[in-house]
Amino acid sequence: MPVVKAVTCPVCGCLCDDIELRAENGKIVKVKNGCAMCESKFFGYSGHRLLKPLIRRNGELVEVSLGEAIKKAAKILSEANYPILYGWSSTSCEAIRVGVELAEEVNGIIDNTSTICHGPSTLSTQDVGMASSTLGQIRHRADLIIYWGSNPWSAHPRHIERYTAFPEGRFAKSAWKGYLTKIKASNVKKKIESALRRLQRKEKLSVSSLYACPYPALLKEGRKLVVVDVRRTRTAEIADYFIQVEPNKDYELLQALRALIRDQEVEVDDVAGIPIEYLEEIADVMVNCNFGVLFFGLGLTMSRGKLRNIDAALSLTRDLNMRTKFIIMPMRGHFNVTGADTVFTWQTGFPYAVDFSLGYPRYNPGETSAVDVLLRKESDSALIVASDPVANFPRKAVEHLVKNPLIVIDPHLNATAQMADVVFPSAFVGIEASGTAYRMDHVPLPLKKVVDPPRGVLPDEEILRRILSEVRKIRKRKQAEAS
Amino acid sequence: MGENPKLRVTLLTGRTIEQGVGKERGKASKEYVESVSVCYMDPEDLKRLGIKEKTNVQVSTEHGSVVVKAVKSLRNPHPSVIFIPYGPWANAVVNPETHSIGMPSLKGIPAEVEPAPDKPILMLEKLLEEEFGKD
Repeated sequence: MPVVKAVTCPVCGCLCDDIELRAENGKIVKVKNGCAMCESKFFGYSGHRLLKPLIRRNGELVEVSLGEAIKKAAKILSEANYPILYGWSSTSCEAIRVGVELAEEVNGIIDNTSTICHGPSTLSTQDVGMASSTLGQIRHRADLIIYWGSNPWSAHPRHIERYTAFPEGRFAKSAWKGYLTKIKASNVKKKIESALRRLQRKEKLSVSSLYACPYPALLKEGRKLVVVDVRRTRTAEIADYFIQVEPNKDYELLQALRALIRDQEVEVDDVAGIPIEYLEEIADVMVNCNFGVLFFGLGLTMSRGKLRNIDAALSLTRDLNMRTKFIIMPMRGHFNVTGADTVFTWQTGFPYAVDFSLGYPRYNPGETSAVDVLLRKESDSALIVASDPVANFPRKAVEHLVKNPLIVIDPHLNATAQMADVVFPSAFVGIEASGTAYRMDHVPLPLKKVVDPPRGVLPDEEILRRILSEVRKIRKRKQAEAS
Repeated sequence: MGENPKLRVTLLTGRTIEQGVGKERGKASKEYVESVSVCYMDPEDLKRLGIKEKTNVQVSTEHGSVVVKAVKSLRNPHPSVIFIPYGPWANAVVNPETHSIGMPSLKGIPAEVEPAPDKPILMLEKLLEEEFGKD
């Protein structure tokens, strides 16, 4: 079989669309251009696979026919008063569209993984607004790249290589060579340090203290990469300058920077553990760049302050835009979480946590968001699509989720499926089914079907359509009986 | 022997590349389980607890308690800060408080770590059974 080119990788929000695959006898045998997660997905997706629909009987999950599972799922959903339909960020926009229709039909709540991810970012964006662009703009123009509370080396492995510091842009040069020199230098530094350690066991002499001042690192020509995080991640090691902020102190740091770029005096010695002189230099670099970009991750949305941290970050870029050009973008995790937000928005007007219980869409995160509904023990059943909340929700929320009837649509028997009452195996979108997904900068990209799914295994969209039509049948029957 | 040493720390959760690779292999895979049932600690903190790397430790917060394997963090120092990758083990101890915006508090949680060399790390099925037991 020939090589399939320009495959979109269905793993993270980078949605790299330059993957080349070779399949033989319905199996992928070669992956080119992908990162470790991409290779792991394309090579490993077929292992631990679920092939038959399952229903729980007497505490055990037993194999049943697809028709029976569809009937059971439709019965659970149409009997429920307040079902939660959750997940969505790892499936296609087409499937999500059917999901919203189903949520409206059963008067339930539909929520996607933004709720425990960049939900706070959405709330702040609605409050403050966001200056953003496509990743292509950043690739060609950005000369100052800041990652705040995000670790692309681990979560978006090709982000730096494809979109920010390392590509050769039309107007901004690649920082790749400088990085190689840095790695070599850091190896030499490590050797010197270990030699020093051996010489002076008692007195701690460190070469790193000489490097702590940001000025030399940030004076360099070309693209600069700055990382702000609570721990020294691998991304931090690549960076030209790393700011280690104390846990839960991001808000203070962002506000201090806002003051500094407005040329105000900050009358303290340090903020969040960073000396104010260093911050002044960083503020200088921010103001003096031609095209800066701030990518922020869950380090901001999950720690103390949550949406207020994002408020501060968005306001910081807004202030910076009075002096120069600055862009801000959340580092979206799942490959189609942006798509889930987008489809929800164009169908209901709201990006996540949408409640149909009154017959029309309502949105009030904190009230209508999945974790809160579960913590208040209000829902009475759930449908989970392409997600694993049992592994990803706090324990108290999971307790209520698994107490009620639970339906799962997923290619793998994940933790949630293990606790479910009805389980549907589904085809991997982007490998065994085609569709559309949105990259983190809201650019829609096509997902390709490269190999056939196992026999009898349907894509999420088809399974949802069948459940929806069964729910409608039950409704009609009930209406007929009532009249 | 005195009482077991306990350490007060700040718990962070997040992604690691091993977790990312593991989850794509499948949540039931050995790679996944091994990548998320660990706790990255500062070498100095390990010394303070008087344990070696790869010893089981018990991490407790207001919200729960879980046994994971202590691993030396390669990117230190970060004294009194521990890191558990996202997964069922981390979620046994994180803070469910959403502050009315839908988002639980998953980073920067006060926690305690103590050595637990004799306690086993529960496998996924056992962990689910213990926490949510359903049948």
